Amino acid sequence: MNNRLKDRLATGMFWFGAVAVLLILFFLLAYIFLHGFKSISWHFLTSPPETIRAGGGIGPQIFNSFYLLFLTMAITTPVGIMAGIYLAEYARRNNITEAIRLSIETLTSLPSIVIGLFGLLIFVNKTGWGYSLMAGALAISVINLPFMVRISEEAIRDVSDEMREASLALGASHWQTIWRIVLPSALPGLITGGIIAAGRVFGEAAALLYTAGMSSPALNFQNLDITSSTSPLSPFRPAETLAVHIWKVNSEGLIPDVRQVADGASAFLVLTVLVFNITARWAGRYIHRRLTSSQ
Amino acid sequence: MSKVKVFAKDLNLYYKDFHALKNANLDIQANKITALIGPSGCGKSTFLRTLNRMNDLIEGVRVEGAVCLDGQDIYDPKIDVVNLRKRVGMVFQKPNPFPMSVYDNVAYGPRIHGIKKKQQLDEIVELSLHSAALLDEVKDRLYKSALGLSGGQQQRLCIARLLAVEPEVVLMDEPSSALDPISTLKIEELIQVLKQEYTIVIVTHNMQQAARVSDLTAFFLMGELVEYGVTTDIFTNPNDKRTEDYITGRFG
Repeated sequence: MNNRLKDRLATGMFWFGAVAVLLILFFLLAYIFLHGFKSISWHFLTSPPETIRAGGGIGPQIFNSFYLLFLTMAITTPVGIMAGIYLAEYARRNNITEAIRLSIETLTSLPSIVIGLFGLLIFVNKTGWGYSLMAGALAISVINLPFMVRISEEAIRDVSDEMREASLALGASHWQTIWRIVLPSALPGLITGGIIAAGRVFGEAAALLYTAGMSSPALNFQNLDITSSTSPLSPFRPAETLAVHIWKVNSEGLIPDVRQVADGASAFLVLTVLVFNITARWAGRYIHRRLTSSQ
Repeated sequence: MSKVKVFAKDLNLYYKDFHALKNANLDIQANKITALIGPSGCGKSTFLRTLNRMNDLIEGVRVEGAVCLDGQDIYDPKIDVVNLRKRVGMVFQKPNPFPMSVYDNVAYGPRIHGIKKKQQLDEIVELSLHSAALLDEVKDRLYKSALGLSGGQQQRLCIARLLAVEPEVVLMDEPSSALDPISTLKIEELIQVLKQEYTIVIVTHNMQQAARVSDLTAFFLMGELVEYGVTTDIFTNPNDKRTEDYITGRFG
């Protein structure tokens, strides 16, 4: 076999790999959307689910998913960025740093059902909250935190040392340099990474089955008292999310229109994650342009 | 004879096991331009960076001996490094403006040192840009990104940014090596003007530049300060054979 032929074969194989990825994604999306969009309507997106009759919606589940995402990001963003700053700016190459890195890697690879059961023991039972949004948010935080740390560390490391030196050489302290130069320069990376992490959180189900729970009490959207269990804003009520709902109707749903509900909910879930990912790219570029005031 | 602004006494610097500076003794005169020359890796930039402790940022660096600024040892543990770097500023090899507007770049130093009043900042920015011979070129685009300036303008902006914190000593690490000849000339003219108010130490790879701009020249070779003296003497009548070999282009 001559070199030219080998080269062509190799190029062909790489093409095949790339095209395979595209095709899989395309068929998956096409299948989900073709089936799902038929069941999506304003009524479907805003009404509560039915228990035994057809015609229920996924309104509370959508709200729960977004609220859970908000709580999770509120916990993981500050902690993740602080740890990322530590690892990128302060950590020396020693055993303690190695131990931190090993812990983060281990956390990343823990199966989410294990984290869910851990959450059941600690966040649900030990705290006495029962199945609740807060327990779910904490369990998901365990999954999300290592990603946020890694995203922050990478975004902060990407800021060139020339910028740090320029700032320090002007008599800025390390903290001033981080706050005024490094973090603004890292912001596009932080936001892009954060939104992509949010997409993962949004679709998580296994860790939530036994923490946020599989039921949603009747919500009164006029009730804004966060201590009341019928208020949508209460973090200490059980809250079934969209992804959990899809799993539940499929495995133990009594409604006759299981298929329609599952299809519609799946399409909405996938669409939201898609929007997250597209927004992430766009927001990163936009913020970079704004911050550098480059034309 | 003018006064000594900075002096290094028995200065040794180790990078892990590598002995990068060997027993350097050097007096830097106030309001003079001192050039540090020598081949790549000879320790001239390392020496420059000991003067505002920028080497502290590199893991594994150990410094022995003393560097004194106005008679005070800057390696004394009681010294505030942040304040030291305010007094001894630095211009880098590659222009490194912040990704902000021209105005914000120059105002950065004064702001971190606590100046908040708009009017006062405006004055500092204008004066600093003027001193760096950049004002005329940027006065219509003060609020646009500094990254849109040419390389030479960016470097003068970095100088303006430094002047805005009113340092006493200005360290320049090959400030024109990334620039075209015309920009280089502008920087050199600027350095001549600045020496009236500042003590300047400049590392340069370019021997013509050292001869053109400096009053005193120090020649480094393999971590050793070989010879130090008045620039014209160093270039016309060096004492050391190695200095002569280097400036006549026999190596390096």
